[in-house]
Amino acid sequence: MKALLFLLEKEFRQVFRNPAILRILFILPVIQLLLLPLAADYEVKNVKICVVDYDRSPASQRLVHKITSTAYFKLVDFTDSYAKALQYVEYDKADLILQIPAAFEKNLVRENTSTLFIAINAVNGVKANLGGAYLRSVIQDFNQELQTELIQLPRQNLHPVISIASSNWYNPLMSYRLFMVPGIQVLLITIVGAFLSAINIVNEKETGTLEQINVTPIRKYQFVLGKLIPFWVLGLVVLTIGLFISWLIYDIVPVGSLVTIYVFSALYLIAVLGLGLLVSTFASTQQQSMLISLFLMMIFILLGGLFTSIESMPPWAQAFTRFNPISYFIDVMRMVVLKGSTLYDIRDHLFKILLFGLALNSLAIWNYRKRS
Amino acid sequence: MKVISVRNLTKRFGSFTAVDNITFDIEQGEIFGFLGANGAGKTTAMRMLCGLSRPTSGEASVAGYDLYKNANRIKENIGYMSQKFSLYEDLTIRENIRFYGGIYGLSLSDIRSKTNLLVKKLKLEDSINSLVKSLPLGWKQKLALSVAMIHDPKIVFLDEPTGGVDPITRREFWTLIFEAADRGTTVFVTTHYMDEAEYCNRVAIMVDGQVEALDTTGVLKAKYAAKDMGEVFLQLARKAKRGDG
Amino acid sequence: MRQFLFFVKKEFYHLVRDRQTFFILLCLPLALILIFGFALTNEVKNSRIAVLDNSKDKATRAIIDQLEASRYFDILEYIPSNDKLEATFRSGKIKLAVVFPPNFNQELLHTNTATIQLIGDASDPNTSNALINYATAVIMDYQAGFRNAAEIPLRINTEIRMLYNPQLKGSYNFVPGVMAMVLMLVCAIMTSISIAREKEIGTMEVILVSPIVPMRLVFAKMVPYFLMSVVNIGSILLLSVYVLDVPIQGNLVLLILECMMFTIASLALGLLISSISNSQQVAMLLSVVVLFLPTAMLSGFMFPVENMPAVLRFISHAVPARWFYTTVINIMIKGLGFEYVWKETLILAVMTVFFLAVSILNFKTRLE
Repeated sequence: MKALLFLLEKEFRQVFRNPAILRILFILPVIQLLLLPLAADYEVKNVKICVVDYDRSPASQRLVHKITSTAYFKLVDFTDSYAKALQYVEYDKADLILQIPAAFEKNLVRENTSTLFIAINAVNGVKANLGGAYLRSVIQDFNQELQTELIQLPRQNLHPVISIASSNWYNPLMSYRLFMVPGIQVLLITIVGAFLSAINIVNEKETGTLEQINVTPIRKYQFVLGKLIPFWVLGLVVLTIGLFISWLIYDIVPVGSLVTIYVFSALYLIAVLGLGLLVSTFASTQQQSMLISLFLMMIFILLGGLFTSIESMPPWAQAFTRFNPISYFIDVMRMVVLKGSTLYDIRDHLFKILLFGLALNSLAIWNYRKRS
Repeated sequence: MKVISVRNLTKRFGSFTAVDNITFDIEQGEIFGFLGANGAGKTTAMRMLCGLSRPTSGEASVAGYDLYKNANRIKENIGYMSQKFSLYEDLTIRENIRFYGGIYGLSLSDIRSKTNLLVKKLKLEDSINSLVKSLPLGWKQKLALSVAMIHDPKIVFLDEPTGGVDPITRREFWTLIFEAADRGTTVFVTTHYMDEAEYCNRVAIMVDGQVEALDTTGVLKAKYAAKDMGEVFLQLARKAKRGDG
Repeated sequence: MRQFLFFVKKEFYHLVRDRQTFFILLCLPLALILIFGFALTNEVKNSRIAVLDNSKDKATRAIIDQLEASRYFDILEYIPSNDKLEATFRSGKIKLAVVFPPNFNQELLHTNTATIQLIGDASDPNTSNALINYATAVIMDYQAGFRNAAEIPLRINTEIRMLYNPQLKGSYNFVPGVMAMVLMLVCAIMTSISIAREKEIGTMEVILVSPIVPMRLVFAKMVPYFLMSVVNIGSILLLSVYVLDVPIQGNLVLLILECMMFTIASLALGLLISSISNSQQVAMLLSVVVLFLPTAMLSGFMFPVENMPAVLRFISHAVPARWFYTTVINIMIKGLGFEYVWKETLILAVMTVFFLAVSILNFKTRLE
């Protein structure tokens, strides 16, 4: 026990003497929390549209006016050649082409129906889909306007109409930042827990001080605890900095209790520290440990549901997600920060992360023994 | 009294036998030199005795404890220093001494008095609060040796401790070793330098994983009709089949 | 020249002997392509929803059946009363709740109007939005059954054509981005760390006193990573064509040449970083912050650049991956020729020369 205290004293001294680590600890949360939510904005807006109007009728002009007056669309050009419009798309100057055929208005009046053509740059499928949907809904609105103007519809509904009242709970303003920021906190804690701890242990291997420790009567578990406890504390410090920054800049205050967040983070850190320890037993140089950690973190983060929803992943990816501690934490952070979930609500997550902590740490210690 | 006793100790890495069936005893207070070309197996043998590496077969007891059963008791009673070891560079001299004293279970007042004694002896009083990084190599090595003996171990293992050190510092380093031996500490040292071999009470020469010769320097020189240990070593090492390194 | 080849050989040994690193560097592109190609979709499907049916009549039953039949929804549970709603959301089990008022069918038939409430969990705003839209569409479908479409006068139809990617696959967008990320990782980050490592353990000094020209040594370090990148480019392209069904529409030779140029640009960046860092940790930190994050975030493949604030948009011009990404999209996906990418190519070329020049100058002054 006394030996452990001396180990801890040494670790803390080294951490506070290492400007690189301190810089990571304080700059990383700031950069990540400032940049990522700003950059990671999936909202579709400013769709660049190019209109090819072969009709040049009052109706077509009214439609174009209606489209450009919405916030979604930005008119790039109003031309009379599809080939020219296509060039805009090729040069990435336009995302959408709306082609109004000749005799659009005439057909509408005479034959009661008329067709518009839309061509969408679909390289980015999501954007194309949403942009197309917006444009269609604008056209539909326009259609209804025409109908009510030109035809006297009876006052009362002729047919049953179901009206839909939709509400967006927990995030009524539909802010994408509210969605991203809690997830980024997870990223920060994971980097400190898995990444820095692995590099730190391997650093002692590389410089040879680990061998010196091995000939002292210090037990393996004491050494491991001496390494893990400081990073456990640092992880919680980074969490605190992160929560502070998200309050300061984004005005995000967790709806749920801070106790819930800290309890889960504390358990989560034990699990990822085990992961870092495991990585350090495989790597003999810092370059290796960095590469292994980066590789694992990339896969875990991408499949962890930070950017895309886990439910839409294929079964094999969803199965993998069950073994991905990051996905549990992202889930929990969003639940507690946005919805105010309590410890009772997240009991399943708590239990699973506890299992992770046990499994990863036992695996790491087992591998540690095997290799010495 | 025997402090180290080794019987048929063997270490294999796959099909390669690094240490091949070695047997010897070391008496308390001896300075025991371990000589051999690069790759002869001396570092592997030493690492086994320190509990850093598990033997494939054979028996050994160090400081009265069995290598297999009481590895941790052994660790309390030995000190170890390798050429690679150079303390924690980002801690100060005082902090390094405190750390190693602490993990060997010294009391705080013991640590304090040892620290004062140690820096005075090494004439490091002025730089006690500077980082080890800033010390010249020779000073680091002397400090490392002193720190390795901070808990007054029964045996101290030194793995090529004077590599890359200038002759004057080497002399000072050996003065520290003699002082330790006078206090009753057993010194087990591997070296490349033949003049250092002359300082040892007894010398073992390893060739291809086996102890080829073991005796006092005087007896060895007489036996091989050599004028110094260098010649003895060359005669034995010539038989080696393994390449250098 | 023989000397140079000798050093290249040495670097190869370093790379190949380090099994783990070698393995990761070759597997990374495969893993990323598979993850991006198959796992990461923004498409919403099989979302778990809950139904609170206060009416339990013919109409609500019919709508619920239609919701269940849709591939977007999985009805997880039926909630008995309003006060359980909040708890179900908080447990994180559902993303959307559909609430029918009491006497739904009766009201619909007598007053010709009734209201369904859709509650989305907007802690994930995009998913919530999409789900509400899909549910609305399902309900509208049901409602359309009441009337005959032909009765509506003045109908405007729309015909939509999806250019370049008719199936709206996410991989069309991701493949070029993954390529940029992998090349950046293999070339820039690995070279910068490996040079910093030689500085740190002191072998750099040994080599500097040997008769080899220092810059040759540095170039020798780049050769294995360059070749490895060529292998990676090949495997990424093969995977995307044969596994992800992303065809190469444009000129293959032009595409490969552009990739090689980006590889050289990345190597130059790695060199630049190693010339200003003296330890592995600093090199790592710089690589991740200066190279990796901007490549992932600002190149436009994960997040649309045009949505970013002006400052970030401005910074993104300095990120080589951004130009590379546009080039690859234009050649590979859109099938355009060199006349469409000469500008991007030129910018990348100028960047490469600039990085190389600065790092060589920097190296010379540092080494003296």
